[in-house]
Amino acid sequence: MGFVQEFLQQLVNGFSLGFIYALIALGYTMVYGIAKLINFAHGDILMVGAYGGFFVLIALLVTPGSFILSFVIAMLICALLGMFIERTCYKPLRSAPRINALITAIGVSFFLENVARVIKPIGPNPKEFPVFPQKFNLLELDFLGVHINQTQIIIFLVSVFLMFTLNYIVNNTKMGKAMRAVSFDRGAAYLMGINVNRVISFTFAIGSALAAAAGILFASAYPQVEPLMGFMPGIKAFVAAVLGGIGSIPGAMVGGLILGIAETLSKGFISSKLADAIVFGILIIILVVKPSGIFGQNVSEKV
Amino acid sequence: MLEVRSLNVFYGTIHALHDISFHVQEGEIVTLIGANGAGKTSTLHCISGLVSLKSGDIHFTGKTLKGVSPNRIVESGLAQVPEGRRIFANLTVMENLEMGAYIRKDRNMIKQDYEMVFSRFPRLKERIRQVAGTLSGGEQQMLAIGRTLMSRPKLMLMDEPSMGLAPLLVKEIFEIIKEINRSGTTILLVEQNAHMALSIANRAYVLETGRIVLEGAARELAQNEQVKKAYLGG
Ligand SMILES: Nc1ncnc2c1ncn2[C@@H]1O[C@H](COP(=O)(O)OP(=O)(O)OP(=O)(O)O)[C@@H](O)[C@H]1O
Ligand SMILES: [Mg+2]
Repeated sequence: MGFVQEFLQQLVNGFSLGFIYALIALGYTMVYGIAKLINFAHGDILMVGAYGGFFVLIALLVTPGSFILSFVIAMLICALLGMFIERTCYKPLRSAPRINALITAIGVSFFLENVARVIKPIGPNPKEFPVFPQKFNLLELDFLGVHINQTQIIIFLVSVFLMFTLNYIVNNTKMGKAMRAVSFDRGAAYLMGINVNRVISFTFAIGSALAAAAGILFASAYPQVEPLMGFMPGIKAFVAAVLGGIGSIPGAMVGGLILGIAETLSKGFISSKLADAIVFGILIIILVVKPSGIFGQNVSEKV
Repeated sequence: MLEVRSLNVFYGTIHALHDISFHVQEGEIVTLIGANGAGKTSTLHCISGLVSLKSGDIHFTGKTLKGVSPNRIVESGLAQVPEGRRIFANLTVMENLEMGAYIRKDRNMIKQDYEMVFSRFPRLKERIRQVAGTLSGGEQQMLAIGRTLMSRPKLMLMDEPSMGLAPLLVKEIFEIIKEINRSGTTILLVEQNAHMALSIANRAYVLETGRIVLEGAARELAQNEQVKKAYLGG
């Protein structure tokens, strides 16, 4: 395999990892934009989503239909979980100093991880994630010597579909416009009669549903699930959101892709041990050059 | 219509409003004038439910607003044009107006009201798809007023609508306020520009360091020596 081919192959792999990071980063960035909160439990919601999908696929066996169903169920469960966590853990702290909510978020993260480890059907050990049997392995692409497997095609299709849907919601629905209004000026949104609590709740629901989808995609790529599986992708997606400019939706998409590609190329061409160091190095450089991130506005933070 | 009784507001240990009482009757323009830091914005924020009161009570159309959430207050027909405009600069002009109509569901009536706002502010119509942050200061104030009108308030609170505008624009804005009042909206107007405010109001209250120190018919207050000296430049 020539260098160009290998490079293209790694680029394809990088894109598919990047799309997953982007889906997770979207949740981080939306929740930050609207609730001004870094939800460190976001990665663990991804884990819950992955297990949701896992149980559906174990029960129904993997067919195209059950695969789609696994997304629907996992996204619903996580949307409810996200709203529940917001209502019970973050909402009471809304007027408290931000550090309190941050510490609570870390607490929620540990809580989800450890509950997953102790409850029977999940347990501490990794489990193999069910994949499509051979007869359903229908989507594969080979060109210029580059191989794109079915999982990668699915990651691409699902991510692009969800991103377009999100974009539509945010730009064209009343709730989406209210989300942008709240993120710009919560006080003014209150004065317009916008039900800010509902907008925040909805944002957690959407962000968590995207994390659930990312969880199933991540688990199918590996393919395995385990209680701590949300930690690393969660951190990296957070970095991606900061890289893109936290609070910015296009920023999260681009940041996720950059991170996924940088990680894959570093692993492929430099050193798999150094990959994370290189990726975080890139982050630091970009943030030194543009502290607000790629799409971030250089506005001073409002109180 | 609006009845504020012995209102006390604290920010931590800062006692911002001391036993404030005043009322607004249906159809009136009432103005609350006072210098920087007198407590004008605090009063309006408290009425709109953004700031909670320590003691006292606020009644609007016979019902208490104590403990009512800000969106419910807007739903009950009391809306505010906030200080400094606070339009959603990241949304288009049209989207800002849609946010003003957030609490309403009567689509046809909402459409009519967009037209009402555009006929009052033709310049907004020309900029309907423009991002609101790119509007000039005067246009932003018009948008802020139009946005609040979209909720069809019975009582409109206005916090320093003349702030930062050129004299000619200030005149235009005050004309518009009179028109809005004539077409049936009661107005509580907060201003530092006492001269203009007293010229269009029916009644006025003077606020000094969190206390109401004077009240009366606007025309009489405009002649009051104390007011002339402190707020009308001699
Ligand atoms: N969020 C807050 N936290 C602490 N103190 C505040 C807060 N908001 C207002 N204050 C204080 O309360 C007092 C009244 O402020 P307020 O904003 O109501 O005055 P104002 O009459 O609207 O002034 P201006 O004409 O400058 O708008 C001031 O002393 C101010 O410093
Ligand atoms: Mg003020």
